[in-house]
Amino acid sequence: MAILLIAEHDNATLSDQTAKALSAALQIGSDVHVLVAGKGAKPAADAAAKLKGVSKVLLAEADELAERLAEPTAALVVSLAGGYDTIIAPATSSGKNVAPRVAALLGVAQVSEIIEVVSPDTFKRPIYAGNAIQTVQATDAKKVITVRTASFPVASQGNAAAVEIISAAADPRLSSFIENKLSGTDRPELTSARIIISGGRALGSSEKFQEVILPVADKLGAAVGASRAAVDAGYAPNDWQVGQTGKVVAPDLYIAVGISGAIQHLAGMKDSKVIVAINKDEEAPIFQVADYGLVGDLFLILPELEKALAGD
Amino acid sequence: MKILVPVKRVVDANVKVRVKADGSAVELANVKMAMNPFDEIAVEEAIRLKESGKADEIIVVSIGPQQAQETLRTALAMGADRAILVKTDEQTEPLGVAKVLKGVVDAEQPGLVILGKQAIDDDSNQTGQMLAALLGWAQGTFASKVVIDGDKAKVTREVDGGLQTVELKMPAIVTADLRLNQPRYASLPNIMKAKKKQLDEKTPADYGADVKPRLKVIKTEEPSGRKAGVKVKSVAELVDKLKNEAGVL
Ligand SMILES: Cc1cc2nc3c(=O)[nH]c(=O)nc-3n(C[C@H](O)[C@H](O)[C@H](O)COP(=O)(O)OP(=O)(O)OC[C@H]3O[C@@H](n4cnc5c(N)ncnc54)[C@H](O)[C@@H]3O)c2cc1C
Ligand SMILES: Nc1ncnc2c1ncn2[C@@H]1O[C@H](COP(=O)(O)O)[C@@H](O)[C@H]1O
Repeated sequence: MAILLIAEHDNATLSDQTAKALSAALQIGSDVHVLVAGKGAKPAADAAAKLKGVSKVLLAEADELAERLAEPTAALVVSLAGGYDTIIAPATSSGKNVAPRVAALLGVAQVSEIIEVVSPDTFKRPIYAGNAIQTVQATDAKKVITVRTASFPVASQGNAAAVEIISAAADPRLSSFIENKLSGTDRPELTSARIIISGGRALGSSEKFQEVILPVADKLGAAVGASRAAVDAGYAPNDWQVGQTGKVVAPDLYIAVGISGAIQHLAGMKDSKVIVAINKDEEAPIFQVADYGLVGDLFLILPELEKALAGD
Repeated sequence: MKILVPVKRVVDANVKVRVKADGSAVELANVKMAMNPFDEIAVEEAIRLKESGKADEIIVVSIGPQQAQETLRTALAMGADRAILVKTDEQTEPLGVAKVLKGVVDAEQPGLVILGKQAIDDDSNQTGQMLAALLGWAQGTFASKVVIDGDKAKVTREVDGGLQTVELKMPAIVTADLRLNQPRYASLPNIMKAKKKQLDEKTPADYGADVKPRLKVIKTEEPSGRKAGVKVKSVAELVDKLKNEAGVL
């Protein structure tokens, strides 16, 4: 039977995370339908139709779906569930919000944040902040799965699947959207960036964070991340947090600056291809996972790095 | 209004767990256990709501082995009023836990349930959403701010792009994120007092809930390790290595 992939998008654009979750879906089965739930979301649906391997796009539009509120979105997915044996979503904040609600409404377990498809009902997933990898088999007839997108490639383009307009389910009218305060930037998104530079508690203030980290990020065309300590202290916005309970990333290059390397932080970045650590404490645990370590004061090193990069 | 806070006993966040040699599970013998950190935040939020007059009773509940009693006592020492231990030696999964919690909600009729967003052992991030589904309630997940106003709750959520605020019809489910508050420590006098607070023992069957696992664990393994690389001496050497050795610049 077919697979239903819940798309991640903001109505106007389709997120890369959808294309990554699609790669996981295609390892489970070949008939993948993408659900775009939104409002004014035709552009996102058209983008989904271009992804190779998608056999059909379902577009449902309604006011209450504009921000993909959990209750109406889950109701919509459940209304479609009869036709699918697997329902899959990227493990984004939106996917994590909706998928478990769908699973419970269907009376089935969810497998969270899979990093590998072993067979259509068996998956690998990290537990304990990635300190162990569990292989689990889902025993329910219907499977609900979220995908750790950092572990899967972006599916390629070059398709022209049909976009079918479907109606939204009745709105349970349990919640309403008030506002978004998005930290929007011109920099690449953390979860799709090729290079990431992250700052930790050592930065000391939001002014210093901006003064020291951002120019280097700009030189590198990098996304900016942060440790929990830096976010808690208000040096960086919450959506920059990398780690067990923040974003999980796997860029080509990850530069950790003034970050000690707690297991919760490592959980979010240790699958990066190349890791650089800059820390004044040569015993800092971050050096145990770094390909290149530079021991020293970040306030001296980063300006120098900025200059070296400008010299190109 | 009553507030229900489910708290899970998990391996302490500072412990780096090891996988058992036979690959069946992680080693839990003689490992330090603690309340799931997100649940401490949930308990703290409930206490603050009570202190500000929005709530009059806080009930904490844990589904797990006898030792989960210690976790409940910690919550009582922080300021919860009474506790329920739903005893099971099964490895609990979110759906089973949500079913038990639905039974507790039906019996206790809270106006708000605050859970952690994620248990740091299974890293599932499911139970609150599942409980909301089973009850047909609104959900405000990954909360960094909760404002109760009559029969509505305004919840600010940590989402991928920043912050999102939604308004929930009460009764509702909230799951706590890291920035919701800074949990208090229990004082010694409060730890002593907590020993006398009411702690009831139940079983999943008392709530008609089936907690049998739905996921079959085939194996548990160590992640593929990463080796420490080299220390470079200067920025120039670093840039050179990144360009010419790693090829990432
Ligand atoms: C439930 C839970 C969830 C968590 N989730 C996350 C998560 O998702 N992500 C996350 O990151 N953390 C998370 N944490 C927190 C984690 O345990 C650590 O506390 C946190 O990562 C530490 O941040 P840090 O490395 O910036 O700070 P610190 O550990 O304080 O490290 C600062 C580092 O900076 C170095 N330093 C200081 N000054 C300088 C200087 N001038 N130049 C160079 N180096 C300098 C120091 O040597 C030190 O190594 C979580 C914790 C819990 C309990
Ligand atoms: N066995 C349990 N007992 C009590 N609460 C639990 C239990 N399991 C999960 N929870 C609650 O559900 C939250 C999310 O857990 P999880 O869905 O497993 O990541 C936790 O932070 C707890 O508040």
